[in-house]
Amino acid sequence: MSTATRTDGLPWWATALVLPVFNIALALLISALVILAIGEDPVGALTSMLAGAFGSGTGLGYTLYYATSLIFTGLSVAVAYHAGLFNIGSEGQAYVGGLGVGLVCLALGGWPWWLVLPLTILAGGAFGAAWAAVPGYLQAYRGSHIVITTIMFNFIAAALMAYLMVNVLKAPGQMSPESRGFDDSVTLPMIHDMLGAIGIETANAPLNLSLPLALAACALVWLFIWHTRWGFALRTVGANEHAARYAGMNARRITVVAMALSGALAGLMAINELQGVQHRLLLNFPAGLGFTGIAVALMGRAHPAGIIPAAILFGGLLQGGAELAFDYQSISPELVVVIQGVVILFAGALEHMFRPALARLFTRSAKPVGA
Amino acid sequence: MDGLIWILSLLDSMVRLAAPLFLAALAGFYSERAGVIALDLEGKMLAGAFAAAATAAVTGSAWLGLGAAVIAAMAMSLLHGFASITHRGDQVVSAVAINTIALGLTAVLANAWFGLGGRTPNLEAGARFGEITLPLAETLRPLPLLGPLYAEVISGHNILVYIAAVLAPLSAWIAYRSRFGLRLRAVGENPAAVDTAGISVPALRYQAVLISGFLCGIAGAYLSTAQGAGFQQNMTAGKGYLALAALILGKWRPLPTLAACLLFAFADALQTRLQGVAVPGIGEVPVQLIEALPYVLTVLLLAGFVGRAVPPKAVGTPYVKDR
Amino acid sequence: MTPVPPAAATAQPWAVELVGIDKRFGPVHANRDVHLQIAAGSIHGLVGENGAGKSTLMSILYGFYQADAGEIRVRGEPVRIKGPQDAIALGIGMVHQHFMLVETFTVLENLLLGHEGGAVLGPARARARRNVEELERDFGLEVPLDAVVADLPVGVQQRVEILKALYRGAEVLILDEPTAVLSPPEAQQLFRILDRLRSQGRTVLLITHKLKEIMAITDHVSVLRQGQVVAGFATADTNEQELADAMVGRKAVLTLDKAPARPGAAVLTVDGVTVTDAQGIDRLQDARFQVRAGEIVGIAGVAGNGQSELLEVLAGMLPFSHGTLTLKDQPIGPGDGYDAAGARRRGVAHVPEDRLKLAVVKAFPAYQSAILGYQDDRAFSPGWRLDWKRVVARTAALMERFDVRPRNPLLKSSLFSGGNQQKLVMAREIEREPDLLLVGQPTRGVDIGAIAFIHRELVALRDRGKAILLVSAELEEILALSDRILVMCGGRIVGELLAAEATEGRIGRMMAGISGDGAAQAPAGADA
Repeated sequence: MSTATRTDGLPWWATALVLPVFNIALALLISALVILAIGEDPVGALTSMLAGAFGSGTGLGYTLYYATSLIFTGLSVAVAYHAGLFNIGSEGQAYVGGLGVGLVCLALGGWPWWLVLPLTILAGGAFGAAWAAVPGYLQAYRGSHIVITTIMFNFIAAALMAYLMVNVLKAPGQMSPESRGFDDSVTLPMIHDMLGAIGIETANAPLNLSLPLALAACALVWLFIWHTRWGFALRTVGANEHAARYAGMNARRITVVAMALSGALAGLMAINELQGVQHRLLLNFPAGLGFTGIAVALMGRAHPAGIIPAAILFGGLLQGGAELAFDYQSISPELVVVIQGVVILFAGALEHMFRPALARLFTRSAKPVGA
Repeated sequence: MDGLIWILSLLDSMVRLAAPLFLAALAGFYSERAGVIALDLEGKMLAGAFAAAATAAVTGSAWLGLGAAVIAAMAMSLLHGFASITHRGDQVVSAVAINTIALGLTAVLANAWFGLGGRTPNLEAGARFGEITLPLAETLRPLPLLGPLYAEVISGHNILVYIAAVLAPLSAWIAYRSRFGLRLRAVGENPAAVDTAGISVPALRYQAVLISGFLCGIAGAYLSTAQGAGFQQNMTAGKGYLALAALILGKWRPLPTLAACLLFAFADALQTRLQGVAVPGIGEVPVQLIEALPYVLTVLLLAGFVGRAVPPKAVGTPYVKDR
Repeated sequence: MTPVPPAAATAQPWAVELVGIDKRFGPVHANRDVHLQIAAGSIHGLVGENGAGKSTLMSILYGFYQADAGEIRVRGEPVRIKGPQDAIALGIGMVHQHFMLVETFTVLENLLLGHEGGAVLGPARARARRNVEELERDFGLEVPLDAVVADLPVGVQQRVEILKALYRGAEVLILDEPTAVLSPPEAQQLFRILDRLRSQGRTVLLITHKLKEIMAITDHVSVLRQGQVVAGFATADTNEQELADAMVGRKAVLTLDKAPARPGAAVLTVDGVTVTDAQGIDRLQDARFQVRAGEIVGIAGVAGNGQSELLEVLAGMLPFSHGTLTLKDQPIGPGDGYDAAGARRRGVAHVPEDRLKLAVVKAFPAYQSAILGYQDDRAFSPGWRLDWKRVVARTAALMERFDVRPRNPLLKSSLFSGGNQQKLVMAREIEREPDLLLVGQPTRGVDIGAIAFIHRELVALRDRGKAILLVSAELEEILALSDRILVMCGGRIVGELLAAEATEGRIGRMMAGISGDGAAQAPAGADA
């Protein structure tokens, strides 16, 4: 998982812009082929998707609401990635993080949201961190493969949460396995309400105060990874574990810490979902957004500046995909999962395929005429 | 006598549950022994399960379904090979991509083709692999202990179970007694040695991942056309990862891997029987926690509480001629 | 450029001819218009510095790479060698510097690989065993066929490689730096085998940078410099100085000026330090010695005899199980949590043996590699942030002082040549003015100019009153730099010599584990 050595001399913007755009275009092309194979009109379908995601204020609001969660899970995958760890357990970590957020919200009914928010950040982060630290520990000290253990922890998290929801947290007299609603005072303000208060009218959408929180997380992750000695150590462990040992870094401890941080970021996603929108704890609320974080992180090249647009893009795909499934009964919203997979393939596993071609294109155009 | 029947039926379930796990683990064996990470078992199995059920539903033939499953899973293998052998991509990322694509694509196609919300129609008996009664099963039944064991546990499974059973010793023979096995094991340990011996590393690795796809196809078909009667969204539910864990537990050797699969299957069979039953001293264990048992078991076993396993040395590293 | 034809062989066809071979790797011109003629039944030496193009040329002959231009002729016939399988079919075999063996396989399985002679191994195995035993007798290559390769000493593994080539029908055998991993007596044994091959009519191409070996065993020698054949001699008509000059392209300075050491107080005392690995084998056994301020102590030994473990223990990278280290009068025991960070805090700097793997992070820009190990120094992060501006400025200064080229701290570490990476690592460690500098293989893969520079810097550090512990596989380097020499064999320190009384012969015998100076021969089967 080390950062590949590059000697092809591509300018940064080609890596940061051209390759991702190319990747997403290819992913959309492949989904168009899938739609065609189903027997529907790909142009109409993709247009409907685009319109659903970005064509209305409400659509855009939903897109950004999904993007908020995806920024958290994307950052989660990215932080682990820099430490050389492929965390595909963000889904379960977000789920368990939701338990922390939910418990705090349930316990502190009547408190103002701005007092509760720091505590939900702590609790969501801590629960997510704990759920991720165990696979991290098993990788570092017992040599268990992080991909397998994090997947297993997703299943275990699902079972554990289902048990807690059904047997412990279910509101009395309630049929469906979900907790009682949070007190109105603890829930986060909606963006459209806040903007409305200062006289700006926007469409009604679940976009809430978690978005600025997500952006703050981006800034903090950026500072941490690239501008502190702890981030330097984390990147060294990810790039070359032997060099880290030589440099006196405790690679095992850093592995556990990196996973804990990764899990904490995933856990914060629950603030957007639960404290922001659902206002209660319910079954399977991460709904795949943890997995989508993998595609977001890979597409965003594990950098916050890339993760934000990638999260908005995938937020749009999720929102647009829901609209699409509404318009076209034969196209299910799982089409977005296919696109995710294709993006992971092209932006992650096949990054070596397009780079040389792009590099050749550049060296050719950069060569002086007649040389 | 009730106890014996209970045990026999437990063992019978174990065999049924172990077969697809072992087929997938064997698929992982060929791939990882050649140095290609087999985290893609889950996706290949899922693709196989869907292809088998969809084809069987349309044609009414379980065998055609099996053929489709094998083709679908091998296509996935080719994709994995293309990314990790030809383009030397990150094999873990490639495998996760394949699993994700399989998860999404099977759901999308199932919904589009059958309109049942991501499942395929229930399969008629003819479109499934039926149970086979082995010769003399009834004749031998009266024999004490061995008779019922033969009739209940050994006999009465579908053909794919017996194929899996045959593949275990066959794979062990291939790995240790054949030219292909020698080269397979060599390319997973030191591809440079294979290359300098004048053997193509990519060709060998492609052969290995194609075999892996072939076996995953059978495993997938087993889930949807032998064990089940149709495809359901994400019906593998982590079995591909369990299979890989069994392979690691079996130290990348066919027969110990079979034993590990039987262990997992035993836990799984026990799990369904424990639901709603009061365990002495503990009381009734909640169903959700019992369902987590195989996953918890996997984590515990992988954490090396049965001794550290040494993987093939070159697994996961693309081969680059380098001097 | 026309090579001088070897005098001995004139009429008979050449075993191998390379005509105008040219090969580029991007901007690197690895081989330029190379002409080479190898007489059948001879031992032909190929010498040159690191990066002169020897290995590339042989890889072309073995089909690993395709030449951009030029022709290969085998026994007079022009041939195309598209891969190792073609080379093998033409009777060309190669023993690589890093053995191409499957370590988990038995010797016989390794021999069979690629030459199984059938889809089922059983009968082929029996047939191969008979053939191999015949070869073993013919060439005096005793190898236990059923042993697992990983369990064999390197000398025996090398014989497996030779046997493998012969089993595949090699008439021409290429050996790439074969003595790098051997003790002097093992090397002697190898040369006896090569001699026997020659007497049976096989042709040997020996790549080496050790001129003594060329003089001892070859019939002809060709010199490569910067990808070109710059000279060819019949070995009998030349000498070491002439070859060295041809290799370097000017009068080669084979000696280093240095004043006698003026050692001060002991900086490091190693007392009974032992490292036991997971298998219960002592990798380092009861090491006892001192390094004093102002002296260079060299550790000689064949690779894999405990020197690496010793360096790693002292650098805090490997825990030890028994004994005491005393650093500047502070004793450290096995349970005291001595680690790499702790070593640096105590004034120990470390230039590791495997520079590429340990001392730089290839994916990082040079300025980030330049703080590796010192990342927690508060000078770099006065507040909670790393002050990259300051780091870049310091790296630029380091590059200036140690002549690292190109002088660009922002360039990715992997884009510097081996020699310049090494200079950057040296600069980082020496700049700290450590009380004790641990250096492993300081000039491995480094060009001649940089070697002299690095040697001068090490001597200068010594003259500033610092202690230096040097591990090197190059006996000449040990002899040139050290004030005292310790010899290691089998995880133990088997001898100690003052620089003045050390000769290659004496050290060589100690390296082979022969106690006493009188013994001239290796114990029979010492490594079997």
